[in-house]
Amino acid sequence: MSNNKNATAYWKENIGYLLILLTIWFLVSFGAGILFKDTLNSIRLGGFKLGFWFAQQGSLYVFVVLIFVYVRLMNKLDKKYGYDA
Amino acid sequence: MMHSLLVEGIGVQNWTYILVGVTFAIYIGIAIWSRAGSTKEFYVAGSGVSPLANGMATAADWMSAASFISMAGIISFAGYDGAVYLMGWTGGYVLLALLLAPYLRKFGKFTVPDFIGDRYYSKTARVVAVLCALLVSFTYVAGQMRGVGIVFSRFLEVDINTGVIIGMLIVLFYAVLGGMKGITYTQVAQYCILIFAFMVPAIFISIQMTGNPIPQLGFGGTLAEDSGTYLLDKLDGLSLQLGFSEYTEGTKSMIDVFAITCALMVGTAGLPHVIVRFFTVKRVKDARKSAGIALLLIVLLYSTAPAVAVFARTNMIETVSNQPYASVPQWFKKWESTGLIEFTDKNKDGKIQYLANKDENELVVDRDIMVLANPEISNLPNWVVALVAAGGLAAALSTAAGLLLVISSSVSHDLIKKMINPKISEKGELVAARLSAVGAVCVAGYFGINPPGFVAAVVALAFGLAAASFFPAIILGIFYKRMNKEGAIAGMVVGITAMMLYMIKYKLGWFDEVLPDKSDWWFGISPEGFGSVAMLLNFIVSMVIMAFTPAPPEEVQDIVETIRIPNGAGKATH
Repeated sequence: MSNNKNATAYWKENIGYLLILLTIWFLVSFGAGILFKDTLNSIRLGGFKLGFWFAQQGSLYVFVVLIFVYVRLMNKLDKKYGYDA
Repeated sequence: MMHSLLVEGIGVQNWTYILVGVTFAIYIGIAIWSRAGSTKEFYVAGSGVSPLANGMATAADWMSAASFISMAGIISFAGYDGAVYLMGWTGGYVLLALLLAPYLRKFGKFTVPDFIGDRYYSKTARVVAVLCALLVSFTYVAGQMRGVGIVFSRFLEVDINTGVIIGMLIVLFYAVLGGMKGITYTQVAQYCILIFAFMVPAIFISIQMTGNPIPQLGFGGTLAEDSGTYLLDKLDGLSLQLGFSEYTEGTKSMIDVFAITCALMVGTAGLPHVIVRFFTVKRVKDARKSAGIALLLIVLLYSTAPAVAVFARTNMIETVSNQPYASVPQWFKKWESTGLIEFTDKNKDGKIQYLANKDENELVVDRDIMVLANPEISNLPNWVVALVAAGGLAAALSTAAGLLLVISSSVSHDLIKKMINPKISEKGELVAARLSAVGAVCVAGYFGINPPGFVAAVVALAFGLAAASFFPAIILGIFYKRMNKEGAIAGMVVGITAMMLYMIKYKLGWFDEVLPDKSDWWFGISPEGFGSVAMLLNFIVSMVIMAFTPAPPEEVQDIVETIRIPNGAGKATH
């Protein structure tokens, strides 16, 4: 039974991480790169308009960082619940 | 003058023979060294590949002729709109890494239909999944073979058919002999070659145009010859002058950009040849990590592509626009002879007018040649031009091989072993797997030589189909214990049917006398973006049908419990 409880708690924390990470995923790509592109384009980053930069560069970098953050978080979580064997 | 051109031409040719020859020798050598001895090695490389090697192989598998040859070209003509491919084809990896890879690895079977069949305790579900996997993979592989044909015919100066046949033989050799194991290690080599081949010219051109060796920064920088002007501003200006919309603005509607990006992301996460990659590592932990490494390696190329697009576009406009046709550079004539550049002097002034207005425009440039011609347009050394050819071939061959493996394992494992003859011996199954790989190569080669008129349309369809069929079924299978076979099967059937009908009506135009106009699209969403709508339909239908049908049996719910916990993942098994 305690085994089951452990698994449920682990799963809950996992889902929590997923929600946070996927929100960021959505905000940079669909948000900054598409929905709010025109507003952001009034800000400039050197030669880049910011919305354009998010769509063609920024989102891609954030995606990579997101996966590595996820890997770190999950490795810690595995340890906490003793699933890292 | 004539003499020097001749010498230069021979130079490129010899360099191409040398580089393509050396790379092919490497691929074959690896195939012999790593040939598969068991079905486990054939299907999933014995599940003993390190995360780094697996990440490189995944990246090569994923980056096809389309990524290497076509993508930068498409972006350079589409401007901002090209972002749908950049975000779509990378954002899908986030979904894959967070929502699918770790759980499917823990589940520990060979193929995607294996998961669908077991999770939904149903042969029907497995059959539907096998059919979807075959449809998706075949449509995709036909496009790869055309890519091989283009590169061969241009650089080795053989005709396209000979090019396709050489490509078929090479793939056949290492896919049939090595299975997943051979393919994985060949793809590691192919990744190195293709990324080198893509980066070298990009860096050269970036220095030439902006003085910055990092292309990702260069295209946002100022011009080398005029430090007061930003490159992108100059290109926006040039585009407006010729009647195009601003490069950084694009022309697609926001809802369509949104829908296409979403369909490509979800489709990427649902493609069987990408998913199966995560069955080849040892632990769940490694599956997560190798998704991250794969994306990092992919982003290296994908973040460079929009820079190459801007360089190529600016270069091309400056070199040809309003220039006398009599004095065009050598590369222009060479590509003209392949039919991929066409010039008609409509107003008979002897100059090239390149304009947005279709009636006055005199120049048609095929999008596929931008990356291949770019080094020549910029006058880079011969070996760089040849390197691009070797890179293009590496990209096309690695993807074709990965797809062929999915096709052959679908036939030998999902169809023969699981449905027709469950008693087949290990040896028999390996023979069947190799024979189906041979069959698949022949079919792919046939499509490469006789491309159906709608290849390009069908490749876009592959993503829509994967999004509309697999993605919801797998996600619900992991994250929603109550999901049952009735819901999943109904969802997959409705999703894939809706996608097919929409494509047939609005992309192929088979239902009407003429292809319906954009204004008829549902909600202004193009066929390329409709995968997102079909995916939503799949989710809704699954949930509704599930609500009226019995919950899955206890032991299936237990399977779901187990895959959610990372430890104790054995090797992938039958």
